[in-house]
Amino acid sequence: MATATFEIWRSDSTGSGSYQSYSTQTTEGMVVLDAVHKIQAEQANDLAVRWNCKAGKCGSCSAEINGRPKLMCMTRLSDLPLEQPVKLHPMKAFPLIKDLVTDVSWNFEVKKKIKKFKPRPPDDADGTWRIAQEDIERVQEFRKCIECFLCQDVCHVLRDHALHQQFIGPRFLVYTAALEMHPLDVEDRVPQLKQTDGISLCNITKCCTTVCPEDIHITDNAIIPLKERVVDRYYDPLKKLFRVFGK
Amino acid sequence: MSAETIDYDVLVIGAGGAGLRAAIEASAHGIKVGLICKSLLGKAHTVMAEGGIAASLSNVDERDNWKVHFTDTMRGGQYLNNWRMAELHAKEAPERVHELEAWGALFDRTKDGKILQRNFGGHKYPRLAHVGDRTGLEMIRTLQDHGIHQGIEVHMEHTIISLLKNDDRVIGALGYERERGRFKIFRSKAIILATGGIGRAYKITSNSWEYTGDGQSLAYHAGAELMDMEFVQFHPTGMVWPPSVQGILVTEGVRGEGGVLRNKDGKRFMFNDIPELYKNSTADNEEEGWRYTQGDRNARRPPELLTRDHVARCIVREIKEGRGSPHKGVYLDISWIKEKLPNAADHIHKKLPSMYDQFKKLADIDITKEPMEVGPTTHYVMGGIKVDADSQMSTVPGLFAAGEVAAGLHGANRLGGNSLSDLLVFGKRAGEYAALFAKENAYGTIDEKLTREIVDTVTKPFEKTNGENPYQLQYDLQEMMQDLVGIVRNEEELLKAKSELQKLNERAKNVQVIGNREYNNGWHTAMDLLNMLTVSEAVTISAIQRKESRGAHFREDYPDKNDQVGKFNSIIRKGVNGEMEVSKQSQTEIRADLKQIIEEMK
Repeated sequence: MATATFEIWRSDSTGSGSYQSYSTQTTEGMVVLDAVHKIQAEQANDLAVRWNCKAGKCGSCSAEINGRPKLMCMTRLSDLPLEQPVKLHPMKAFPLIKDLVTDVSWNFEVKKKIKKFKPRPPDDADGTWRIAQEDIERVQEFRKCIECFLCQDVCHVLRDHALHQQFIGPRFLVYTAALEMHPLDVEDRVPQLKQTDGISLCNITKCCTTVCPEDIHITDNAIIPLKERVVDRYYDPLKKLFRVFGK
Repeated sequence: MSAETIDYDVLVIGAGGAGLRAAIEASAHGIKVGLICKSLLGKAHTVMAEGGIAASLSNVDERDNWKVHFTDTMRGGQYLNNWRMAELHAKEAPERVHELEAWGALFDRTKDGKILQRNFGGHKYPRLAHVGDRTGLEMIRTLQDHGIHQGIEVHMEHTIISLLKNDDRVIGALGYERERGRFKIFRSKAIILATGGIGRAYKITSNSWEYTGDGQSLAYHAGAELMDMEFVQFHPTGMVWPPSVQGILVTEGVRGEGGVLRNKDGKRFMFNDIPELYKNSTADNEEEGWRYTQGDRNARRPPELLTRDHVARCIVREIKEGRGSPHKGVYLDISWIKEKLPNAADHIHKKLPSMYDQFKKLADIDITKEPMEVGPTTHYVMGGIKVDADSQMSTVPGLFAAGEVAAGLHGANRLGGNSLSDLLVFGKRAGEYAALFAKENAYGTIDEKLTREIVDTVTKPFEKTNGENPYQLQYDLQEMMQDLVGIVRNEEELLKAKSELQKLNERAKNVQVIGNREYNNGWHTAMDLLNMLTVSEAVTISAIQRKESRGAHFREDYPDKNDQVGKFNSIIRKGVNGEMEVSKQSQTEIRADLKQIIEEMK
């Protein structure tokens, strides 16, 4: 059985912290979360880690593994260079609670402010709708999101510039896209995108797309089409003229 | 101790499908609703449900209706079900599914644009509304996104450790928040438990860390009756290799889409053993089984889609008799459909995307090209808190339960897809009746001395030195339950389990927790452990009492179903001296019209 070393961020009572080194035995197929659990059970009972499904479906165990935002449950040790210690750090775009756990509650507050789903009247007398499969596939991509917030973590607008008050981040642009492109939805969220969501702060560096564990094409399929809608509405010269004279 | 006190009309404990649906319903009555999540919102185990929601929408086969769904559910549960719950469930599930769509859920569609339905074990017609193999995510996200606009106050990463009573009635709950370890008192006129299952009491399980029997244990200690706790569902197909992924669920949808089970000799062993109850409705050759999965209405279902209890036992038998795969499983093969379909790989990607990813990423297996290795995994508990069918109130006034934590709907075995519909139907009912109860009752008075005592007890482990490691104790319990109270049971092992539980209970008194109360997983485990021990005892002594084999409960010393001795529900309650007592309760006579429906469909 092989041994691997992990340097795990541990907070101290002052609110700061440092990497602590732990060695543990590894087995075939092990993922980072398994190693963290083994360390927690055997060496550091009070190590704080957030997890649930352990199958890449709930998006709880987000962390930075060797500096890369990833799900710990889906990162196999065999894909990491184990000749050097594996560095585990909590997500950096959110306030730290303890060890590997961050306060992601801001995300939940942001979501509340986005206008909720509003369907068109039902198509059939029994209150149901008819929708073609091809019309839902585009949106299903966005609805795969497991809310791991890794895209938020990697986004420089949030991570480096901390503009949490001005920018909703890739996750909620995807969420807005899912609502805007929902075949039944009749709500209009374009003004909100421009005025309060800060969509223009995204300069499409695609870091979010790179880290998405669900392979959602966040930038190309969600953010850019939304940007286009904003541009069409507010910056199209013809429409602008109509708006001026329409008043 | 100074604990913050928060008042609600209705407090919902648990934020999976049932809890969210209950909270939405209760808040629709214009009252103040609090929702407790053990994890973050939207991470509950509902998210893992893959296959679909069972509801007789009859979009794919117009012969389906509530009566067929009712009959399938009763047959699957070996007639131990609460027939009234099975009736309500079958009747109300379609409306609950349509309601989800009105709240934004997007199900896969039929050619004429209706909600598509798929085949699943034990369901006579294609019945499961689904979204690929991530239906649970669609459902929880829809409920979550709808719920956050309903004025529900959500307490994320909070755990309830005790229910509080005045005389007979539940009037509040005591819990803690993870972040700082602070205690909180929730005063509430009615409480709904929706905490899910008990899977963590076993070593191999599809359940996450949260499922430690909290609701069952809270209710039991508050004086409520538990029912049918011996019926624990072992899902036939969990991952078995590599070791770190053992137990992770492989959806029944794989078999619904044409996947077959084979032993190491390549034989489809499920054809060898088809129970009498299902002889008429099961294919007797491979060709017919395939046609069924492709929607041929005249074909009968392949034996891979028999009920979960049966399939799990057949797999165990293959492994025990030396015909298993290298890692003590059997083979589940969907790749073979390339012999039948021109673009099989694309089809599999489309229908089973998360299964594809799961095996690709975690096991280096490409399921479009090679078979998976699978084996049974602890998945679901049919038993739970005994409730009134219509209102979902437990035997304690003011205390309601919905979803997996409640008992009755599924009898001795649950059909796949009936869980998500259960959450919606009875979540809504619990929310509605709890709201009514809250309107008719006033706040109770919190006994502060008692809450202080509880806090003292649960913080004791911080003072211990040289005590037990809570993780080790949990591990030992899981090993023991897996070995002695698993899929195949016998008297000797069950009695041994009972005495092992006594020892573990003693050891639990000596648990030591290091560090402080801030986000301390070790401390959380120490508290969860007490619930796991309570439910493990309930499962074990109920299993000892039931001297027959029925549904998920299989006794090798009593291998047959025996209606003479088995037509009862097991009841667990706390005795006057604090000891756990088990007894039998005969079933209430099924209503004549429902009995007739069952007879007609035999």
